[in-house]
Amino acid sequence: MSNYSAHYVQQRAEASVIIDRDKCIGCDICVQVCPMGILALDKDGKAYMKYDECWYCTPCQTDCPVDAVRVHIPYLVR
Amino acid sequence: METRMYETDVLIIGGGTAGTMAAIKAKQAQPQLNVLVLDKADIRRSGAISMGMDGLNNAVVPGKATPEEYTLEITESNDGIIDQRAVYRQASECYPIIQELDSWGVDFEKDAEGNYEVYRVHRKGRYVLPMPKASNLKLILAKKVKQHRCKVINRVMATRLLTEGNQVVGALGLDVNSGELVIVKAKAVVLTAGAAGRMGLTDSGYLYSTYENPTNSGEGFAMVYHAGAELTGIECYQINPTMKDYNGPACAYVAGPFGGYTANAKGERVTGCDYWSGELIMNMWKLANKGEWPLFLKLTHLDDETVSKIEAILHHNERPSRDLFHAGRGKDYRTDMVELNFSEVGLCSGHSASGVLVNHEAETSLRGLYAAGDMACVPHQYLLGALTFGKIAGVNAAAFAASTARVEPNQGQIEAERKRIEALSANADGVPHQQVEYKIRRIVTQYLMPPKTTTKMELALEKIRHFRKEDLKLLGARDPHELGRALEIHSIVDCAEMMASASLFRKESRWGFYHYYLDYPERDDANWMKRVIVKKGGDGEIELSTKELPPYVLETRTGVAGGTTA
Repeated sequence: MSNYSAHYVQQRAEASVIIDRDKCIGCDICVQVCPMGILALDKDGKAYMKYDECWYCTPCQTDCPVDAVRVHIPYLVR
Repeated sequence: METRMYETDVLIIGGGTAGTMAAIKAKQAQPQLNVLVLDKADIRRSGAISMGMDGLNNAVVPGKATPEEYTLEITESNDGIIDQRAVYRQASECYPIIQELDSWGVDFEKDAEGNYEVYRVHRKGRYVLPMPKASNLKLILAKKVKQHRCKVINRVMATRLLTEGNQVVGALGLDVNSGELVIVKAKAVVLTAGAAGRMGLTDSGYLYSTYENPTNSGEGFAMVYHAGAELTGIECYQINPTMKDYNGPACAYVAGPFGGYTANAKGERVTGCDYWSGELIMNMWKLANKGEWPLFLKLTHLDDETVSKIEAILHHNERPSRDLFHAGRGKDYRTDMVELNFSEVGLCSGHSASGVLVNHEAETSLRGLYAAGDMACVPHQYLLGALTFGKIAGVNAAAFAASTARVEPNQGQIEAERKRIEALSANADGVPHQQVEYKIRRIVTQYLMPPKTTTKMELALEKIRHFRKEDLKLLGARDPHELGRALEIHSIVDCAEMMASASLFRKESRWGFYHYYLDYPERDDANWMKRVIVKKGGDGEIELSTKELPPYVLETRTGVAGGTTA
């Protein structure tokens, strides 16, 4: 089955988890501990929020060894 | 999809508080056995609590409260529908767990003499033991699991149990990173997969701002259902008082002992007792319908030092981003009351009573399958119940595994699950999971939220069944992560159908707002002082029946009619 849409409508979403690329050392801990599994490392080995499914629970920020992660309250919630 | 296989003696599904404790205790009881923990996230920060918890809500501390007193109180809070022996066992065996956590470095509030401090939030007894600095509880438990040499596999989401007749012989799952099908052969299985917390839509409109950690999407309920085990209390929904939009707990349990309370817009105290129950939610709902709404958490009358103490707990434990939320709206506990609202509807025996049917040994109706925590029906068990029954489940599962031969899994079951998962990835151009999830949760909110009526519930069933037939076919996933989210929607649909069916079956009202059924507005003890059992029938459809309560072990107080005393 297909929904017959040849192309998706691109929807922009504000990311609630912000990673400071200058500080990030690519250790992957934030990626590992996020319960929702929404973070990933990009092609440069820096963490970023890949999926807009955040519970603003903060393990990524707390467990980051170099203080590179900031969790913001998602736009609709704040 | 590729396949990965494991063999173990004891398999724990879900490494939250119940699951980690089950693993530790299984290994301690039978050190020669292999114990394997599967978690869809990472056991360091997974489960209901993720970051930690600010207190134990039901600590029965010798000298401060008795197991009898606690069991009777919970019998009353759950309107008599209870396995008293199970609740009594939790109350009797929780104290050594507290002492053990203490020895592991979990911080509890103590008086000058070093005795545990407990506070009253329940109607009668004092059972709330604050954990002011226990934000590392989950890290501590995860470390203990590793110390005990239990094997941990993170990012594998269990999706189906493997059965042979009436016995559970393992589980199937999806690696949400690699996309592999994971097969685990086990002699005994402990299910600690958490609540069904992603049922209704949230107030904020953001899909994942649920009261429960949104990873708790009801796989446990769905897995036991498809394996043919009995579930109960499904019509006794969970709806909690929360801080509006942020959706963290309203926190009367934390603020109450410091003098905070639930107030109306004028700042007057309204609820009397802030213990979470269907009765409390009913009182709140009635106030809302009289226009006396919203309610607030009031701390503005407290001095700065006291408010700072409350902030130190609320902003650093269970939901630490609360301070950011309040700051973003320009609110301060010192000058502003905190607006409250109802959480979305869900299933959770931690605060309410829904779950797989278990007895006082954490045994389910299937051989070799044990369950604990938010998905196992030991009403109002909270964190300490998850830990206590996690221990019981772990010890009993280990004993079962030690005396059982391995049974090879059924290939048909494996292939059926592979087909279910591959259909989603084969439909990569399908409708994205967010849209499909929004629609089923909209149906839940609009038709399943109490007050219940036969008309609404029958419409709900019709819509849920149509959704299963049509919408689930449209659902697609582009990568393993999305595949996990898509499979979670299957669990949501299963839980929704059980919620509507069980609600229609219990032809009375009970548990305050949780099962407020307008066609049968009165509580009917003569006909319904019993359990409603939900299971998958031989024809693959939901089968409903009733079951008498296990005999009470304590004399009941006036006002609680109930099972016969053993």
